Amino acid sequence: MLELQDVHVYYGGIHALKGVSLTVEEREIVTLIGANGAGKSTTLRTVSGLVRPRSGKILFEGKPIQNLRADQIAARGIAQVPEGRRVFATLTVRENLEMGAYCRRDRQEVRADMDRVFHLFPRLQEREKQLGGTLSGGEQQMLAIGRALMARPRLLLLDEPSMGLAPLLVTEIFRIIQEINKAGTTILLVEQNANQALRIGRRAYVLQSGEVVMSGPAAKVAADPEIRRAYLGG
Amino acid sequence: MVEIIQQLINGLSLGSIYALIALGYTMVYGVLKLINFAHGDVYMVGAFAGFFAATSFGWGFFPTLLFAMAVAAVLGLLIERVAYRPLRNASRIAALITAIGVSLFLENLGILILHPDPRAFPDLIGLRTFEIGPLLINNRQLVIIGTSVLLMLLLHYIVTRTKMGKAMRAVAEDGETSRLMGINIDRTIAFTFALGSALAAAAGVLVGIYYTRIDPLMGFMPGLKAFVAAVLGGIGLIPGAMLGGLVMGIAEVFVVAFISSSWKDGVAFAILILILLLKPSGLLGRAAREKA
Ligand SMILES: Nc1ncnc2c1ncn2[C@@H]1O[C@H](COP(=O)(O)OP(=O)(O)OP(=O)(O)O)[C@@H](O)[C@H]1O
Ligand SMILES: [Mg+2]
Repeated sequence: MLELQDVHVYYGGIHALKGVSLTVEEREIVTLIGANGAGKSTTLRTVSGLVRPRSGKILFEGKPIQNLRADQIAARGIAQVPEGRRVFATLTVRENLEMGAYCRRDRQEVRADMDRVFHLFPRLQEREKQLGGTLSGGEQQMLAIGRALMARPRLLLLDEPSMGLAPLLVTEIFRIIQEINKAGTTILLVEQNANQALRIGRRAYVLQSGEVVMSGPAAKVAADPEIRRAYLGG
Repeated sequence: MVEIIQQLINGLSLGSIYALIALGYTMVYGVLKLINFAHGDVYMVGAFAGFFAATSFGWGFFPTLLFAMAVAAVLGLLIERVAYRPLRNASRIAALITAIGVSLFLENLGILILHPDPRAFPDLIGLRTFEIGPLLINNRQLVIIGTSVLLMLLLHYIVTRTKMGKAMRAVAEDGETSRLMGINIDRTIAFTFALGSALAAAAGVLVGIYYTRIDPLMGFMPGLKAFVAAVLGGIGLIPGAMLGGLVMGIAEVFVVAFISSSWKDGVAFAILILILLLKPSGLLGRAAREKA
C-alpha cells in the first residue's frame, strides 16, 4: 500500500534520511522504532508531504506521491497524528474533528464518523465545546487521533502517540490503535515506547541515523539481543 | 456629561470604520504573519470603486457598497497572488518591504489615474439629524454603525460556522498541521485577503459618506491608525481588531473634542507606544501564547 524507495531527505546541510526503503502492506500495523534524532518523524513528515525528499520515490497505492503537496496527499487518504499532538488550541473539540474531515464532502457519513469517534473517546464528547488547548495531555492525544480518523484514512501515520501519557493511558491508546486497525485502517506506527509498539506491530523497522538497520516480523525484531539492549531496556 | 455621550456617538462611528479596516490587518497577519501595509490603499480603492458606482452607474447605497467590496476583494486576491505568494518562503522582512512597495505603487497609481485632487463623494444618504434630548445623531452615523455591526456579525458567522472560516483559524494557528488536514493553505490565504479587502472597501464607502471627500492618499493615515487598532486589540485576534478600532475611534474623537485637534493623528501613535510598553500582546492578547 505504501512503499518508500531509497528516500533521501536533507534539512539544509543535515542529511536526515539516507536512503530509507520500507513498505507497508494493506491492513498491516508496521512499527518504526529508533533513538532520538534517528529520522522517524522525518520519515512520516516526508510521506505526508511536509518535507520533500531530495531523491527517491514514495508510492501510495501504486502511484508516486513524492511530488504532491501535503493537502493533496491528505486528500488521497493518508492521515497523520503528528508528534506532540498539535491539536488546534483555539478551536473547539468539535471544530478540531471537523478539520480532520476537511477533505470530505459526504456530510452524513462525516456525522456518523463523528459519533464513532465520540463512541471511541467518550471524554471528547463531554468536552465537545471546549477549546482544544484546555484539554489534558491524554485528552489531546485522543483528539489528535480522533481528528485523524475523521478523514477516514486508508493509511494512518502515528508519531509517538504514547508520548507523555500515564502507563494506563498508554495501554488504552495501544488498544485503540489495534481496534482502528481491525476496523480496516492500515497503520504505520512510530514509537519510542518500543516494547508495546513491537507487540502490536506485525512487522517492524529499526531506524538509526537516517538508515534502516533492521527489519522483519515485529516479534523477531523484539527478540534480537542488540535491539533489546538498545531500545527495550535489556 | 451630554458632551461626553455626544462624543461617544461620534467616536463609535469613526471607531467602527477603523475596526472594519483593522480586521483585514489582523486576519492577514493571522494566516501569513505579515503586516499588509497595502491594506490602507485597498481601502482607498474601495472608496473610489464606490465613488464610480454611485456617480457613473447612479447606484444607491447598497449596490454601491457591494460593488466596492467586490472590486476590493478582487484587488486583494490579485495583490496576494502577484506580490505575496511568490515570497511565501522568503524572509519576513522581504515580505514587509514588498508590502510597503505595493502600498506606494497603489498610491502613485491612484494619483496617476484618479488625479490627486479630492473628489466629492456622492450624497448617497441624504443627511438628516435627529435630536434625542440634547443629543445630536445623524442618519449617516446610524448607517455607518449599523453597516459595521452587520458586517461584523457576518464575519463572525463566516469565521465560526463555515468550513473556510474555520480553516482560516486553523491555518492562523498552525499551518503545517492544517496541511495535514488537507487544507489548501494558498486558497485559505487568498480567501482571507478577499475577505479583509472587502471589509476595508466597506469602510472606504462609509468614510466617503461620512466625510464626503476622498482622494488617492486617503488610505495612508486611516491605514496606519487601523494597524495601531489591530495591535492595540492584539494582532491576529479578530475580536481584538473590533475592540481596538472602537477604542481608537473614541480616543481620537475625545482628544479632538476635549484637548486639541492638533493631536488628532498623534493620539494613535501615543496609543501604539503605550500598548507596546505596557502590554505588547494587546488588550485581548495573552502575554505569551501557550503552546500545547
Ligand atoms: N526542521 C529541521 N531542521 C533541521 N534539522 C532537523 C529538522 N527536523 C529534524 N531535524 C534533524 O533531523 C534528524 C532527524 O530528526 P527526526 O525529528 O526525524 O528524528 P526522530 O527520530 O523523530 O527523533 P525523536 O525521537 O526525538 O522524535 C535529527 O538530527 C534532527 O536534528
Ligand atoms: Mg520524532
